[in-house]
Amino acid sequence: MSDPSGEEAAASNAKDIGERAADWVQRRAFWTWTQHEEALLNTWLAESLAHRIAYTRVETAWNRTARVTALRSSGPVRRTAKRSWTSLMWVRMAAALVVVTAAGIGAEQYFKAPPEVTYATAIGKHETIRLADGSQIELNTGTILKTSHSASHRLVKLIKGEAFFTIKHDGSKPFTVIAGNHRVTDLGTKFLMRSDPNRLEVALVEGRAAFDSADGQAESPIVLTPGDSLVVSDNQIRTIRKSTQTLSDELGWRRGMLVFENTSLRQAADEINRYNNKKIVVADQAAAQMKISAAFPTTGVEDFVQLSHQLLGLQVERRGGEVVISR
Amino acid sequence: MIETPDTSREDAGTPRSGAGVSAAEVMAWFAREVLPMEPILMHFLRSNWRNKDDIEDLRQDVYLRVCEAAQREFPDQVRPFVLATARNLLINRARRERVVPIEAIADLDAMGIALDAPSPERAVIARDELRRLQSAIDHLPPRCREAIILGRVDGLTGREIAARMGISEKTASEHLAKGIYALTETLHGEVLPPGGKR
Repeated sequence: MSDPSGEEAAASNAKDIGERAADWVQRRAFWTWTQHEEALLNTWLAESLAHRIAYTRVETAWNRTARVTALRSSGPVRRTAKRSWTSLMWVRMAAALVVVTAAGIGAEQYFKAPPEVTYATAIGKHETIRLADGSQIELNTGTILKTSHSASHRLVKLIKGEAFFTIKHDGSKPFTVIAGNHRVTDLGTKFLMRSDPNRLEVALVEGRAAFDSADGQAESPIVLTPGDSLVVSDNQIRTIRKSTQTLSDELGWRRGMLVFENTSLRQAADEINRYNNKKIVVADQAAAQMKISAAFPTTGVEDFVQLSHQLLGLQVERRGGEVVISR
Repeated sequence: MIETPDTSREDAGTPRSGAGVSAAEVMAWFAREVLPMEPILMHFLRSNWRNKDDIEDLRQDVYLRVCEAAQREFPDQVRPFVLATARNLLINRARRERVVPIEAIADLDAMGIALDAPSPERAVIARDELRRLQSAIDHLPPRCREAIILGRVDGLTGREIAARMGISEKTASEHLAKGIYALTETLHGEVLPPGGKR
């Protein structure tokens, strides 16, 4: 037990120990407790750290149930114990809910946006804007966008980067997102828009949206439905279907995660580099073409490097602000 | 970025004092700092280990390692330290047992970060706590529940509980212990009771 490195640290019977601890706690709480019992308990506790941990764990939980007793003394008690307890519980829960609701209203007012604003996120940052109409925009790393709202229109310009839109539909006040020459008009939606140099992607998660282009690339508006992913690159527009899982993976950044499914190491490195100032360089083609399926925190440069080294057996070399990975 | 203290070495955590820490201090620290994050730890373990029968033992191993480290010195950052300990334990196990594919190990890192999110509003915690307590008690086996309610809510002693329920004192003891243990699991370990949202 004194060697933390060995698996000896593991006691294999956690449940047994836990139940013993629970027995001590109930004996102390409900039965005659003298110095004799106290001494027996102390002996048991002294036997191992696992015993002390289990006892502390059970005792702490049991102390938390003391609120049940507190509830009882704060109101009338009916004869059937369970019902009295439950009804009092609801009063307390209702009080808690009021607090939550009030907090929600405060946040809403705080975020009431002025008519025209520029929002930007630094490398690795992720921010959520709540608009006065209840719509929400999540900005991914290195993103700039501008919002302007008139009495008749809601307009967002995605200057660069990536954002996830959750739009409250309002028939009298359309919501439009412009990126370069392209325009998405919401028909009540959740969608992702990513603008890289020479590439634009719009992926629809919920609802419907219309896509069109000022320069006539899209001749008539293209209506997107959930699962549609539209990509504009090299002056071509392609629409492909994406599974819910794929879309959810692509939106992993909203949870601070990057999810790769059979992705080449180079692509994965490019992706993680978007979020970090320390850049990963995949030096040779053999390494670049290796495929990985993995999930990383957006800040997980070191995790990525570790995985490449330990599990793919690649060489790692650090040069200034770069980490070079090679075969 | 999660720190990755390797508990097999002595460099886990920043030294706060050169001296060892007393057993009582360690337990107080454990109850105050470590136990409140048990839902996160359990979520982490359940998400990353296939054999659900191992989870309770894994949790115990994590706590053992964390407390053993704390006996030498308290880690500065408890949450990253506990999750990194858990991750290292799983990686070591996975290597030894050769059961976990690459992506699952990588996931451990992601999980740690994703779960390292800001705490919910205090009011939400309070509400969840009550709901969890209610759910925990409601889900006890009927006789356990009855014994626990008689003891905790009505304030009866063990002997009175036995008499009221018409059972032996030994059986009453067993119902109480079983009930307390089940409550412990629910109160510390569950992410949220049914109907709760993450």
